[in-house]
Amino acid sequence: MLLDALTLQLGYNAVLVTLGATALGVAAGTVGAFLYLRKRALVSDAISHATLPGLALAFLVAVALGGDGRALPLLMAGSALSAWAGLWCVGKLTRATRLSEDAAIGAVLSVFFGFGIVLLTVIQSLSAGRQAGLESFLLGATAGMLRADALVIAVGGALVLLAALALRRPFLMTAFDEGYARVQGIDTARLDLVLMTLVMAVTVVGLKIVGLILIVALLIIPAVAARFWSNHAPRVVLLSGLAGGLSGYLGAALSATAPDLPTGPIIVLIAFGLFALSLLAAPGRGVLAAALRHRRLQHRVHLRQGLLALAHGQPVYEALTRRMLRGAGLMRADGVPTDKGRAEAARVLLDESRWQALRRAEGLASLAARDDGLTRIDTILTPDQLADLDARMSLQEVR
Amino acid sequence: MGSEFVALSLPPLLIGTLAAMACALPGNFLLLRRQALIGDAISHVVLPGIVVAFLVTGTIATLPMLAGAACAALLAVAMIEAIRRLGRIEAGAAMGVTFTTLFAAGVLLLERSDTSSVHLDVEHALYGNLESLIWLDATGWASLTDPAALAALPPELIRIAAVFAVVAIAIAAFWRPLKLATFDEGFAQSLGLPTAAIGLGIVTLAALAAVAAFDAVGSIIVIAMFICPPAGARLMTNRLERQIAWSLLFAALSAIAGYVIAGYGPIWAGFSASVSAAGMIATISGLILAWAALAAPHRRA
Repeated sequence: MLLDALTLQLGYNAVLVTLGATALGVAAGTVGAFLYLRKRALVSDAISHATLPGLALAFLVAVALGGDGRALPLLMAGSALSAWAGLWCVGKLTRATRLSEDAAIGAVLSVFFGFGIVLLTVIQSLSAGRQAGLESFLLGATAGMLRADALVIAVGGALVLLAALALRRPFLMTAFDEGYARVQGIDTARLDLVLMTLVMAVTVVGLKIVGLILIVALLIIPAVAARFWSNHAPRVVLLSGLAGGLSGYLGAALSATAPDLPTGPIIVLIAFGLFALSLLAAPGRGVLAAALRHRRLQHRVHLRQGLLALAHGQPVYEALTRRMLRGAGLMRADGVPTDKGRAEAARVLLDESRWQALRRAEGLASLAARDDGLTRIDTILTPDQLADLDARMSLQEVR
Repeated sequence: MGSEFVALSLPPLLIGTLAAMACALPGNFLLLRRQALIGDAISHVVLPGIVVAFLVTGTIATLPMLAGAACAALLAVAMIEAIRRLGRIEAGAAMGVTFTTLFAAGVLLLERSDTSSVHLDVEHALYGNLESLIWLDATGWASLTDPAALAALPPELIRIAAVFAVVAIAIAAFWRPLKLATFDEGFAQSLGLPTAAIGLGIVTLAALAAVAAFDAVGSIIVIAMFICPPAGARLMTNRLERQIAWSLLFAALSAIAGYVIAGYGPIWAGFSASVSAAGMIATISGLILAWAALAAPHRRA
């Protein structure tokens, strides 16, 4: 069943939804990456909630003019307008008052959403009994998706993707160094507005599939997940687009396999699964990698301190150190060093006294800053310098 | 008029007002600590909390619902912190990951489980049902002194009043440390104040207010009241005491005006039905904030 869904063999509607969700995911992931790198991820929350009043107003206007209020392009246009108004309010509140951006975001999202709910109840009382079905845009509803809807979503997603990729250089430049971008002649305020317009477009395109409450997830989660895998910005953008597309594709396919698996929430949960995987397993920034790194460092420190103790003829009591020394065959069970242990301890002691000598050595003392208690000195100094250092040490001993 | 008002309008008005003020109080501190969106995150995760509580207990009794919602709120705060620390991710993005995921999980659980027998759905969670909280036993103003009638007050009213009292007393009792930790965390730390515990305490108060208010009025009001009245009050004054007084005034004003306009506005305008009171209260609070942003004395500094 799942295999059928993944290979697009589960009926016409499921194919439409799957393709639409994939296109949406790629577009949202890509735009979301730029948004995340610009450190304004939560603005999308305000934008998406602010679509609701426009959605309802568009429906009311269409019905008043005698048309069908549920035509997707019309609803998308209305929601884009009100999202834009919400965005304008966030900007105005942040610039004209001393409120911080997060307060402005929270105010706009709750007030616009509240007003949208008022309009929804107006629609309910007008159509008295006849369901307008606008509530489905809160959480998305893919059951009755038409071919034209899927086309609008796919084309919209593709356009957003193209625009984002065409502007990737100025976007990244602004995200990393706003001042530099300005010196390069980029109007950063206008560029931010373009980025927000793309976010708005993704929200509007995603209304039908994931709904306006959960679209934020597709804009934020893939980008955060992708950031774990690379420090190279264009690669983060690419990975984020892939993660978004994968979430959309898997989520839509999975939700097609059973009647009570709503598409939007499934897509979000798959995206979160990708995020959790990245948080745990990504090399470099992942939690497991960090834990391994920490463990390796801990072992090196213990081994070195243990060997130094052996070199000074002191007993070793610490359990982990004893285990490590014995495991490496450097110490016997009764705490007496083996021959190999003695040789290794002598080497560590020499290293330690060379570092101490380095601190007193004229001309070389600045190199002593590289001493972190673990680095071997012969990886820092050239053989000549080492010989010079050893000569100074023996000179001091003679004195 | 009197009996109808006391039975049908007074309880929702009081509940709305108390809920708005209970959220606005901790909202002041969240705003000043630049954690305004924590309120947003908390009110989103209340949904999975009550769904899980329903699945575990099988009823929609109040206590398990409140406990479930409170657990979900604390889980969300813990998850945000864990993602932020473990992944070294900025707070906003960590919040976005957390609350959308938990909300999606709540919606999925709700769809997968049989809730047709009980009143539990996403719409209810979002905009509550303020209009239905009526006081059936009231016959007029005299009922306010009649113990038998008072015993039949909507339980939501008692609950939200108690929570408002708890939040107000907690803030009054810890006033100085709260104020210090909010304005100068470093100085508070050097005085030996447990700033981390104070931060957690504020979030817990906010969660308590959110959960109790959510029960009565839905999550839109919760988010709006956490942010709009304190934000408007912030533009009125530079003194914390006055800011809190203004925020309570704005919250009460939004709740009363919102409820009245939602209930009677359409009738005055010639329509028969009323509109969502929760949505209208949020709208009014936004209008008050807009006025403050344009005309308040301290809108810039």
